[in-house]
Amino acid sequence: MSSAFELAAAIRAGEQSAVAAAETSFDTIDGRDEEIHAFLHLTKQRAQAQAEAVDKAVAAGQDPGPLAGVPIAIKDNMCTRGEPTTCSSKILEGWRPPYDATVIGRLEAAGAVIVGKTNLDEFAMGSSTENSAFGPTRNPRDTSRVPGGSSGGSAAAVAADFVPLSLGSDTGGSIRQPAALCGVVGVKPSYGAVSRYGLIAFASSLDQIGPFAHDVTDAALCLDVISGHDPRDATSIPIALTPTFPTVNDGVAGMRIGLIDELMADGIDDDVIARTNQAAEALTAAGATVERVSIPATIYGLAAYYLIAPAEASSNLARFDGVRYGHRVDGQNVAAMNVATRSAGFGDEVKRRIMLGTYALSSGYYDAYYGKAQRVRTLLADEFATAYEKFDLLLSPTSPSTAFEIGAKSDPMALYMCDVCTIPSNLAGHPAMSVPFGVGDDGLPVGVQVLAPMLEEAKMFRAAKALEDAAKGMS
Amino acid sequence: MSGEISRDEVAHVASLARLRLSDNELDTFTEQLCVVLETAAQLNSLDLSEVPPMAQPYPLTNALRPDLIVPSLDRDEVLAQAPGAEDGRFRVPPALGEAP
Repeated sequence: MSSAFELAAAIRAGEQSAVAAAETSFDTIDGRDEEIHAFLHLTKQRAQAQAEAVDKAVAAGQDPGPLAGVPIAIKDNMCTRGEPTTCSSKILEGWRPPYDATVIGRLEAAGAVIVGKTNLDEFAMGSSTENSAFGPTRNPRDTSRVPGGSSGGSAAAVAADFVPLSLGSDTGGSIRQPAALCGVVGVKPSYGAVSRYGLIAFASSLDQIGPFAHDVTDAALCLDVISGHDPRDATSIPIALTPTFPTVNDGVAGMRIGLIDELMADGIDDDVIARTNQAAEALTAAGATVERVSIPATIYGLAAYYLIAPAEASSNLARFDGVRYGHRVDGQNVAAMNVATRSAGFGDEVKRRIMLGTYALSSGYYDAYYGKAQRVRTLLADEFATAYEKFDLLLSPTSPSTAFEIGAKSDPMALYMCDVCTIPSNLAGHPAMSVPFGVGDDGLPVGVQVLAPMLEEAKMFRAAKALEDAAKGMS
Repeated sequence: MSGEISRDEVAHVASLARLRLSDNELDTFTEQLCVVLETAAQLNSLDLSEVPPMAQPYPLTNALRPDLIVPSLDRDEVLAQAPGAEDGRFRVPPALGEAP
């Protein structure tokens, strides 16, 4: 499949039609998604109408935008007007949102064609896309393995060549970890760079929407379209993100890059560490200076995250009470209806996190758990700030291992450990992205993570592109 | 360390969160929540008395929009997605009566 950039260029030039590009995407999905299960719902009519509008604009001599006619898949926790939006939960089954998320409007205004909604761990809580009420997604690189999660459907949709682009959301690594496991590029932008309006909230101070793509250039193209201030999201940063696409090929000459000690240690597989060291060497060869750096608070990130994220989730998910949306199980009074609806509608992992969060926020435990975790967050941000006095960017593995077998991690804590490398960026609010860099001992993709200070996406993409170029040279 | 949270506490928390758990679920969740809370207890080794808490990563003060009238969601379209609606409002079972 051609890249999003090439496809949009061909469609804008009138050499290819957007309608044909959408048909190709749907044909590819029909051919293999029964096996992969990346999609929960296809938006064929909406895609057809949008693709026709793009072709019409081109025929009339207008420019439909930088993503003209590019098929894109959307994680099913972003609202699409009139189309099912389930969060992979029975509690939202049948609900059709009365509005579009801001990112949906921005994508369509740029000419993109939304082809469907992708599978996820229920309410984005998980690291394997096994916790979906509608069944697991399989990794297109090896269908006995998980695609990672929670945005596993969006990662798999790109890896299986169903679409050149997709959107995921990342609260503790839910874009970067599946990108690593599926061998694609995945980006978590700075907190506040992309509007969360219409993203069904999991942990509001951590959630951020970002793109998946086959290559760094396409990811840059997509991020530049979806980022920007939105008055409907009170946490949206009121300044424009520096575009990433124009400078993506500017290289890393003279950059100082720190390799994080604590994420190159016990708990990370040897083959993943070896690839990350090779990535550091590749950046050195491209003209950067790479040194080791210690950020001790990263090891406390996991513990802090599994208090903060459930605490915020317990509050956010209180809205699913059987009154306003989707599923209701009747009861003799409102309270009984609330309990019956929530008990039947939520899966086990969601219940676990709601209870953990309710406990961490409850009277007598707030300071010991939630309050302490918030202080660790400051500690981590301060340590990052110190590191960035000396370094332009930081580097680490994305995931402790390559893709694991479906069903291999049955206890919750083993799955939570998947996020150890990715959580620190969410807690600090900083951007980070995963780039494929070779394969592990099992032949499955390894991702390396580039971390940047707040709003330094453009610099992050330059290093990611340098790594992508070096990885091409290896194979 | 075990027993970070007791079975009774889990049952209490579930009722606060409007969840009903079976006996089996209570056993399983108690065990699993203990493991997570043991990990969380790592934070006790840190002296954080001088570190302020962070609620949100980007320092924004009140984000106010211009005071202009803009279209809101269509009421009928919103209510059409509710499990129960009547006369332009959400319909629910009686609010008074015995607690569950």
